[in-house]
Amino acid sequence: MLIAVCVKQIPDPASPGALDPTTRTLDRSGKLIMDDSDSYGVELGLRLAEAAGGGEVVLVSMAPRSETGGLRTALAMGAARAVLVSDPALSGSDALSTAKVLAAALRRVGADLVLAATESTDGYTGTVPAQVAELLGLPSVTFAKSIALEGPEVVVQRQTEAGYDEVRCPLPALVTVTAGVVDPRYPSFKGIMAAKSKPVDVLSLADLGLGPEVVGGAAAGQELVEVRDAEARAGGEVVVDDGSAYEQIVEFLERVKVI
Amino acid sequence: MLFTEDHESFRRTVRGVLAREVDPHVERWEAEGRFPAHQVFAALGAAGLLGLEYDPAYGGQGAEHSYTVVLGEELGRIGCGGVPMAISVQTDMATPALHRFGSHELKTRYLAPALRGAMVASIAVTEPDAGSDVAGIRTRAVRDGDTWVISGTKLYITNGTQADWLCLLARTSEEGGYRGMSQIVFPTDTPGFSVGRTLSKLGNRSSDTAELWFREARVPVANTIGEIGRGFQQQMAQFQNERMIATYVAVGAMTGAIERTVAYLRERRAFGAPVLANQYVQFRLAELSAKVDLLRHYAYACAEAYQRGEDTTRFATIAKLEAGRLQRELADWCLQFHGGAGYMEETWVSRYFRDGRLLSIGGGADEVMLRTLVRLDGLEP
Ligand SMILES: Cc1cc2nc3c(=O)[nH]c(=O)nc-3n(C[C@H](O)[C@H](O)[C@H](O)COP(=O)(O)OP(=O)(O)OC[C@H]3O[C@@H](n4cnc5c(N)ncnc54)[C@H](O)[C@@H]3O)c2cc1C
Ligand SMILES: Cc1cc2nc3c(=O)[nH]c(=O)nc-3n(C[C@H](O)[C@H](O)[C@H](O)COP(=O)(O)OP(=O)(O)OC[C@H]3O[C@@H](n4cnc5c(N)ncnc54)[C@H](O)[C@@H]3O)c2cc1C
Repeated sequence: MLIAVCVKQIPDPASPGALDPTTRTLDRSGKLIMDDSDSYGVELGLRLAEAAGGGEVVLVSMAPRSETGGLRTALAMGAARAVLVSDPALSGSDALSTAKVLAAALRRVGADLVLAATESTDGYTGTVPAQVAELLGLPSVTFAKSIALEGPEVVVQRQTEAGYDEVRCPLPALVTVTAGVVDPRYPSFKGIMAAKSKPVDVLSLADLGLGPEVVGGAAAGQELVEVRDAEARAGGEVVVDDGSAYEQIVEFLERVKVI
Repeated sequence: MLFTEDHESFRRTVRGVLAREVDPHVERWEAEGRFPAHQVFAALGAAGLLGLEYDPAYGGQGAEHSYTVVLGEELGRIGCGGVPMAISVQTDMATPALHRFGSHELKTRYLAPALRGAMVASIAVTEPDAGSDVAGIRTRAVRDGDTWVISGTKLYITNGTQADWLCLLARTSEEGGYRGMSQIVFPTDTPGFSVGRTLSKLGNRSSDTAELWFREARVPVANTIGEIGRGFQQQMAQFQNERMIATYVAVGAMTGAIERTVAYLRERRAFGAPVLANQYVQFRLAELSAKVDLLRHYAYACAEAYQRGEDTTRFATIAKLEAGRLQRELADWCLQFHGGAGYMEETWVSRYFRDGRLLSIGGGADEVMLRTLVRLDGLEP
């Protein structure tokens, strides 16, 4: 059982982010870490591989400057190896470009099951995984809260507003995992040390047979036209309690349709 | 001490595990006077936090001592003293001798499950009539063929109500004094063993502290850790690990206490300005911060010496002595600068003030540290 998990490496959300004033995209020049959203997919992938016995988890990522900081974290959790696509021509990639690149890398990996998060923490378009599935011609199941393998099928509990649907789907397939559905393991000391010597295959666009006419900034079908600061929040309304404050609060909550 | 990227990754792991498994429950455990040791240790064991320096053959991580420093510092940041103490008992107080001197069979049976967190361990040295003076212990193990027949009482034993086995120090011959003692792995399901009382305490309330009774309890002589008759010496070596981890935990706790106090004083206003605007307050905090830094780097020097394989008795003795004293001073000032809020149970600092007091008593009182130092430095006439 070969399970591929998409792992996006992003600037640490704990430190304030910045936009590059010329390209209007997120400044990714600092150290990158594993997107927390992907830790759930990694955990589920590892559990499925362990349950299958002898299974293996391969990470797939696209990131600038051959950055492996975030991949090392997932390798320390227990993934076996990683494939990283990094190429200066990828700067300015939109979501479709990203999907094309990930799809090309995943084609080389040839996994039985591909996992991704439902959306990333930094870009959060939530569109990449479905595009990847389409490009690879794989069935795609979204919003998984649990995943099991049963012979040639994957059985997914798919979250809905009312509860969940149980979805069965033949392998190979792509499944997106909802954040928070599982407690991702923390890398142990042994895991951290082992990760240092696990292989990370760094590929360029040429390695994947993709040219700048297909992916990257030049090929982007979307354009960031303008970036504006969000409107400053107006000061809140202060209710001074003269005994009837509760009425005003109830009225307010009704007005904003919370109750 | 050189902390690498790997140390920082490991620190994130410790922080993450504690944030998930410990922090949200501290208030309840403190109120209940007990934390669920098996549940918490299983989670820590799964993350490899219980056997950092131990042999991977028994489930240890094979890490160098510097990772224990990181573990200790992060344990110190837990919002109470009880849980860090209980965890350190498992990692650095009840298990080092077994790892160092125990037979393969004993390690397989008791160390490996302790490192997984499947078994809870206690260190049982102190007795009603012997604390500082370990040579005064009276719990006796009398040999009957292949078994020890054990009778006596142990007091103030951390994890005592939850332990699956004890690293027990008992007299195994009539020689008296420092001789004729042995360390024995004592399974708590042995007939003749009972938990006398759970003691209520000034602080460290989330950790259970017990009185333990032994009435002709029989355990195999094969449960002896290392050499029969060398128990005192082996325990003295084990105390060094205890004093080192206690210092690392204190460094973490004191660093956290200063940070929290500063954050509070930046918000709290008096006389039209933040309390932190007073130079007196700033200077006091700067002095304390400087002292913590001295201790931190002394602790690092101790850790490095230990890593080089040197005898760290003097280092560990001084570190634990100074850590205990500084923590009392620092907790007092942090409480003082919190004013009335600091005196309230609901404010973290009142618990810190209570919990921190133990360091000058447990693991050898300050005066016992001084006694050791006098001997090491030849300060006797
Ligand atoms: C016009 C335009 C230009 C852009 N230019 C740049 C740029 O120059 N530099 C830049 O860094 N970003 C740039 N971006 C943003 C970046 O391309 C998107 O973040 C990226 O396409 C992924 O989209 P998302 O984060 O919204 O993914 P989502 O669809 O929200 O991601 C869902 C999941 O898909 C997987 N996934 C997504 N991206 C990756 C990845 N890279 N590696 C592995 N798994 C992944 C993860 O599991 C992720 O959680 C640009 C976007 C646009 C629209
Ligand atoms: C919360 C808690 C948890 C504990 N956990 C454990 C545990 O898990 N396992 C275990 O074995 N023990 C444990 N202990 C016991 C602890 O190690 C002892 O309390 C400590 O060693 C002091 O011994 P004592 O209490 O018998 O004090 P005593 O020996 O009665 O000494 C009382 C005081 O006399 C002074 N004193 C002693 N000797 C000298 C001297 N030579 N010169 C000058 N002054 C001196 C000191 O100030 C000392 O504090 C724990 C104690 C507490 C409070």
